[in-house]
Amino acid sequence: MSSATIAAARLPSVTRARVVGFVFLALGVAAAWWFGLGAEPGTSSTFGLNGRTAAIRLPELVLPTRASALFLAAVCAFLGGMQLARGFGRRTYLVLGVVVSCFVMAFLIWAARGGSLNLLGMLQSTLLRAVPITLGALAGVLCERAAVINIAIEGMMLTAAFVGSIVGSASGSLIVGMVAGVLSGALLGALLAVLSIRYRVDQIIAGTVINIFALGITSYLSARIFSEYQSLNNPGRFSVIDIPLLSDIPVIGPIFFSNNIFIYLMFVLIVVVHVGLYRTRWGLRVRAVGEHPRAADTVGIKVLATRYRNVILGGMIAGLAGAYFTLGSVGRFDENMTGGRGFIALAAMIFGHWNPLGAFGAALVFGFADSLQNKLAILDVGIPSEFLLMAPYLATILAVAGVVGRARPPAADGQPYIKED
Amino acid sequence: MTTGEAAARAPAATGRLVGAWRLVLVPVLSIVAALAIGALVMIFSDPEVLRAWASFLRNPARALSLSWELISAAYGALFRSSLGSANALSETIVQATPLIFAWLAVALAFKAGMFNIGAEGQLLIGAMAAAFVGFSFKLPALFHVPLALAAGFAGGALWGFIPGLLKARTGAHEVIVTIMLNFIALRLVDYLLKTEPVRRAGRSDPISKQVAGSATLPNLGDLRVHAGILVALVIAWVVWWLLFRTTIGFRFRTVGANPAAAAYAGMPVGATYVVALALAGGLAGLGGTVQLLGVQRSVFPGFSSGYGFDAIALALLGRTHPGAVVLAALLFGVLRAGATGMQAATSVPVDIIVVIQALVIAFMAAPRLVREIFRVRAPRTAEAEVFTKSWST
Repeated sequence: MSSATIAAARLPSVTRARVVGFVFLALGVAAAWWFGLGAEPGTSSTFGLNGRTAAIRLPELVLPTRASALFLAAVCAFLGGMQLARGFGRRTYLVLGVVVSCFVMAFLIWAARGGSLNLLGMLQSTLLRAVPITLGALAGVLCERAAVINIAIEGMMLTAAFVGSIVGSASGSLIVGMVAGVLSGALLGALLAVLSIRYRVDQIIAGTVINIFALGITSYLSARIFSEYQSLNNPGRFSVIDIPLLSDIPVIGPIFFSNNIFIYLMFVLIVVVHVGLYRTRWGLRVRAVGEHPRAADTVGIKVLATRYRNVILGGMIAGLAGAYFTLGSVGRFDENMTGGRGFIALAAMIFGHWNPLGAFGAALVFGFADSLQNKLAILDVGIPSEFLLMAPYLATILAVAGVVGRARPPAADGQPYIKED
Repeated sequence: MTTGEAAARAPAATGRLVGAWRLVLVPVLSIVAALAIGALVMIFSDPEVLRAWASFLRNPARALSLSWELISAAYGALFRSSLGSANALSETIVQATPLIFAWLAVALAFKAGMFNIGAEGQLLIGAMAAAFVGFSFKLPALFHVPLALAAGFAGGALWGFIPGLLKARTGAHEVIVTIMLNFIALRLVDYLLKTEPVRRAGRSDPISKQVAGSATLPNLGDLRVHAGILVALVIAWVVWWLLFRTTIGFRFRTVGANPAAAAYAGMPVGATYVVALALAGGLAGLGGTVQLLGVQRSVFPGFSSGYGFDAIALALLGRTHPGAVVLAALLFGVLRAGATGMQAATSVPVDIIVVIQALVIAFMAAPRLVREIFRVRAPRTAEAEVFTKSWST
């Protein structure tokens, strides 16, 4: 690469660093204006930190509204000034996270002025709402690392939610329902694999077909079956398992160690997929197939078999995510109950740069936006709930539009592989 | 280039007739296969028929006759209430009209190399903008109708412009952005329906004011079919002319076929994406507007009712051949118009038509699969079609 092209490539990033600096400053000023000075002097905000099972009860956190919000606004503005003066270079994203957290915290302090907000409950619901998004994103990572675009996650989740509910109710066993959900995801994964690998259907179209089909068949069957046999849509829910000792730790305990099986499975899967992809021979081969299938084929890796296996595995994880809706969260199936979470999962995958840990982080951001929206609707802060409901979708658009840096998909993503004779 | 076009342009030796036959063969077989699987779904979800099948070995005739009765009753009611009378035919055309626009929105974007899943949201925003013009102004019909149509076009175009701009400037994939904009459009309209200038006075449910009489499209006699179908046919012709007879259409098609080559030839690829998607959005917006001015008269939650997804199916079924698509839109009109009659007559839920449509797309998108099922020989052309390649190109 010549020096001219390097300079050309670097130029926008300098502009971007400036823009980011001004954004930080603007967030600081906005927080000071609305949340600091906007709060009546002398009010305070109370945050609850105790969960259901706290063995050690913490005192409630009482903060003076104005002073705390102004302090957080000052942190934003200070970091903005630093960014403009000398920049944070590679740590910009970390600083971005800090600034956004400060801004949101200032907002929460303002929203809870003169009242109280259960902070712990919010963090708990953040994690719960992140579960299907994380699992869906893991499914996407597995498929796309092997270069198969899977936009059918939504359809797989919806189908698995339905199957989980009906099989769980009919068999009377939640585990059987969960396994059936996972298998239905695997089946749709296999369908996607056959359509896109064997029949070389455009992968986005194949995924769209599965999504439409899943919406149609689950709505049809639930109208057909559940209206007559309501007992078939009543599987119950997995109960919460408290992990001894760990669940007694204040704050951390109730959030991480007092959940149902889906949440623990999610953590296990994040670690397994991450270690699998980056630390094992299997992962190296999968990534080779996703980046340069021809080269992978040359050294003897079975490209098509790898893709089949990964898409089916991805389908199974998407199935687990679907089963979470009926068996881990709601306790029954409703028409179109996934409500676009599968697409948000895709965005989380892109946001997280096709990396399991990154996807989990992104899913937490979406989960937080979701639970914030829910809390604010109750607090009645004067923003119409429709706009709060839009927030996750707007965040997704911002994510794919590359506000957090341009994400690079696996090089062969979406392209069918035709073996040369 | 699509398989159909390739077959149609095959050397004179194969002959025009064979080309035309090839063009319709896969669509027809796809529809047959989809209806057949739809029938299987109906049979195996009906409790009574299922019980008959459980005792198949003892009484096979009963299982078969019950299945046949169910299928013939369901499909019979479907076709009777969509084709059986002047009223039914009118209803089919009414259902097909917005679909033609939504198809144009998807097909135009296809031609420029993009997959527009956002027709649903574009249609809704267009209808909302048109409704606003429709109930806010008092004008003679000669001006009011065109003004409302223009507002609908502009609303939809705005909703298509956003993903186009983001794709051109940041590389954001239009599939994700248009899906998200669909959700945002739904919420936005939900919100607007509650606000003072839009909400109809005296109604507790969210529904907009009715458009003024001067902004409505005239009906044909006592039937529900309205002038919108004529607008649809004219616009379809205009789009064909734009795509195949103008410089900008040539640019769309070149960018769609090979953006790198288009850029090398000096075409502004990014700007083409923006213009194409904005135009596509405008067409979808017109579809919503025609539905509003011709049938619904006001906007309400659920106004867009799946037109976007149907349009994707249509784009695959009729490809980009205008005549084929009008036929395909009529087929979907038949399914939509007939579904309610079918549910009333046989209590088969309307959602079965979504299943059938998904199957039609699946078979259409995999011509090789259809050929394997029906053992039809493939034409000697490449058939790997990749509309969209990756997330950020």
